[in-house]
Amino acid sequence: METLPTVWFVVIAFFWTGYLFLEGFDLGVGMMMRGFARNNTERRVLLNTIGPVWDGNEVWLITAGAATFAAFPQWYAALFSGLYLPLVLVLLALIFRAVGIEYRGKVDSDRWRAGWDWAIALGSLVAAFGVGAMLGLTTTGLPLNANGDRVGGAFAWFNGYAVLGGLAVVCFCLVHAAAFLMLKSDGEIRLRAKAVVLRWLPVALLPMAAWAAVLVLRNGKAVTVVTLLIAAIGAVAAWLLAKAGRDGLSFTGLGIFLVAGTVTIFTAVFPTVLPSTINEAFNLTVDSASSSDYTLGVMSVVALFGIPAVLVYQGYTYWVFRKRVSSSAIPAAHAVVVQ
Amino acid sequence: MEALEIARWQFGITTVYHFLMVPLTIGLGLLVAIMHTAWYRTGKDQYLRMTKFWGKLFLINFIMGVATGLVQEFQFGMAWSEYSRFVGDVFGAPLAMEALLAFFVESIFLGLWIFGWGRLPKAVHLLSIWCASLATICSAYFILAANSWMQHPVGVEMIDGRPVMVDVWAVLTNNTLLVAFPHTIFGAISVAGGFLLGISWYHLWKRRRDGIDTVGADGKVIVGSEPSRGRDAADHKVWLRSLRIGAVVAVVSFAGVSLTGDLQAKLMFDQQPMKMAAAEAACHDGTGFSILSVGDLGSNDCADMVAVVELPGMLSFLANGDFDTDIRGINTLLPEYQERFGTHLPDDPIYGERAGTEIDYVPVMEVTYWGFRIMITFGMLAAAAAAVALWVVRKGTVPESKWLMRLAVFGILAPFGANSAGWIFTEMGRQPFVVAPNPDPDGIDNVFMFTAAAVSPGVSLGELIFSLSAFTLVYGTLLVVEVKLLAAYCRGGVPAAMPELLHEPSTESAKKDDDGGPDGGDGTGGRGKDSGADDVLSFAY
Repeated sequence: METLPTVWFVVIAFFWTGYLFLEGFDLGVGMMMRGFARNNTERRVLLNTIGPVWDGNEVWLITAGAATFAAFPQWYAALFSGLYLPLVLVLLALIFRAVGIEYRGKVDSDRWRAGWDWAIALGSLVAAFGVGAMLGLTTTGLPLNANGDRVGGAFAWFNGYAVLGGLAVVCFCLVHAAAFLMLKSDGEIRLRAKAVVLRWLPVALLPMAAWAAVLVLRNGKAVTVVTLLIAAIGAVAAWLLAKAGRDGLSFTGLGIFLVAGTVTIFTAVFPTVLPSTINEAFNLTVDSASSSDYTLGVMSVVALFGIPAVLVYQGYTYWVFRKRVSSSAIPAAHAVVVQ
Repeated sequence: MEALEIARWQFGITTVYHFLMVPLTIGLGLLVAIMHTAWYRTGKDQYLRMTKFWGKLFLINFIMGVATGLVQEFQFGMAWSEYSRFVGDVFGAPLAMEALLAFFVESIFLGLWIFGWGRLPKAVHLLSIWCASLATICSAYFILAANSWMQHPVGVEMIDGRPVMVDVWAVLTNNTLLVAFPHTIFGAISVAGGFLLGISWYHLWKRRRDGIDTVGADGKVIVGSEPSRGRDAADHKVWLRSLRIGAVVAVVSFAGVSLTGDLQAKLMFDQQPMKMAAAEAACHDGTGFSILSVGDLGSNDCADMVAVVELPGMLSFLANGDFDTDIRGINTLLPEYQERFGTHLPDDPIYGERAGTEIDYVPVMEVTYWGFRIMITFGMLAAAAAAVALWVVRKGTVPESKWLMRLAVFGILAPFGANSAGWIFTEMGRQPFVVAPNPDPDGIDNVFMFTAAAVSPGVSLGELIFSLSAFTLVYGTLLVVEVKLLAAYCRGGVPAAMPELLHEPSTESAKKDDDGGPDGGDGTGGRGKDSGADDVLSFAY
């Protein structure tokens, strides 16, 4: 194994983990716009807990994609073209969701708001499922030929792992969002969020745990058993702490579950970045898929300055907007008055 | 129809669409940052109103740019996997830099700015809009670095049939990039200039129509006022100031666009002579710039192309700065291209069924010829109109004419048209290459790629047709929604962004109670907010 490709595999795993941790809760909050939130004020509370931060969270996805392009062009080309249709749906979902969040409050009409509520909820759901399916498949494989092209038609990617990965991310997002609302909202919403966490956390984390467990079994690395155990401990701690009313620590517990879970997943598959289900010889690995050392070196310098800076100023926004959002904090809606 | 053509249509449609939002984001972001600075320094009410109003329109547009930008980032891998494999070593880096160094700053600091009214210290709040604005400009630099490499590959060596980056500095200081970047930024600013001009004209006109502002015997405006703060004397200042800023910006940016465009054209005559010959529909060598050429442009056939009206020497001037250098026409260039790059696509599996077919080195002339001219014409018209507008409002308001107002409003479209036409020209003019060969004597040999080789081999025609239809449908619908929303907020004027203006002139405490609605802050910055018993958000979705 060469050093720089390995470093960049870790960097990309880091971007995906950051994405799931950050956008995880705002995708979940988006899904809860229908079903969980009961009226317009509650929906506005939900949106405003993620309002200042969701767009920055989504950049983690762009960065994960762009970094894959720069560091592992073969991986990027095979994965993105192989999953053409699901990614089209993810893109459309993210478009509807983003526009919905921004436009929903811009016209004072129930129909307008209801339409965008559905756009946000379904957009968040489809995006989370699609990203999950993509991650599930990059760890378990696609029918790729020697050139890295998908064979077998537009739906050849579809299998149980796609569903498992999709479910894993959707369910995680939901429980992560409930824990986030417990931490960031107040009053009745906070109580209901707590009830969701206590009731659903044990079930909702199972698909992701199952996905990680499958990879642990398939690849048989001892260390991944340990990280999987840490993930389980994080999940149990998150539940117990939620019950004890320690919102911040419970959210942290979920974070530990996620980080240990993705570490398990990426460690288990390393050094394969995208297996071929047709022939093992066609597997893309960190070495066979990577850019030149010069390019990776340049990107390493950029990342060395860029990533800490992002963590600092993104952390700062979370600190600035650290207050809980309650129903009473929501100003009245107003119509755009045409003079 | 084959997959390649659908993939090209999809890239064209999604990119041109994305680039409707991008220039407005870049240009308006910069102007809002300047308005915010003016308010920060002077504390004058009109600058706060300008910041809030134009800031609101900026946000409505910004989100569409963000949402459609993600498609661009993913599309290379999805529909152009062979391209991504071929260029990934050098092309992916500027994209990743853009994400890491620009997109994060842009989105995070914009979040701080939107929600930071009344919560952040004033200086930090001002800094946040500057960070966001400069990041949009910075992101343009990186993506243009990537595009310029496709126009003029530098900083690589061919290793195992693929260009491998050996000099990132060369990629980031590509001479193509150094002229494309200011050209694009000036173009973006001209869009924002026309935007300010058209909408402000409309509001000044409406104030006259409603009899608020009148014109005295000396032709000077007599500013009137209505009880509502939304239509007081300060409101007049908002629109007049905005109009003048917009007009000046439009004129100045056109000067910038022209100067950089001239440099760019001179480079292109060297770097992609065929593109420039096709821009002219110039079959024979010559020095004249065609004003009108007849013949069937669509047939792409040089046999029946005749320039009826041309400016003698002008083409030579554009390319070389003198009037008597013969510029090579298509008839001269074609054999040179055929000799260097072959007459037929090689028998390589990368070309799929297209292997062995004849290569057409002449771009689609009706696109390049008219694209080039539409770009220049719309740009010139917009700048000339802005200069006239500046003179027309010298006495403080606009004429009562409804038609002039309509012209000003529809004039908003001209710089958009110039931007789109310019991009369509430069991208279509590069065909049949997706990576154009570098003809410099010390350039890199054999680094080029035919568009025919770039498309994803594994993606089927059906998938592409589905995605093209879906994107077109969704983009079309959202364009209607965005334009309607922008129009509603434009018509609403400043109170659309500051609803508190509609209530009686109020004391501070009264303001606090009805501190309602999106963006409704009272503009007092970081002061006095924490002492309130309530904690109503000064901005809420």
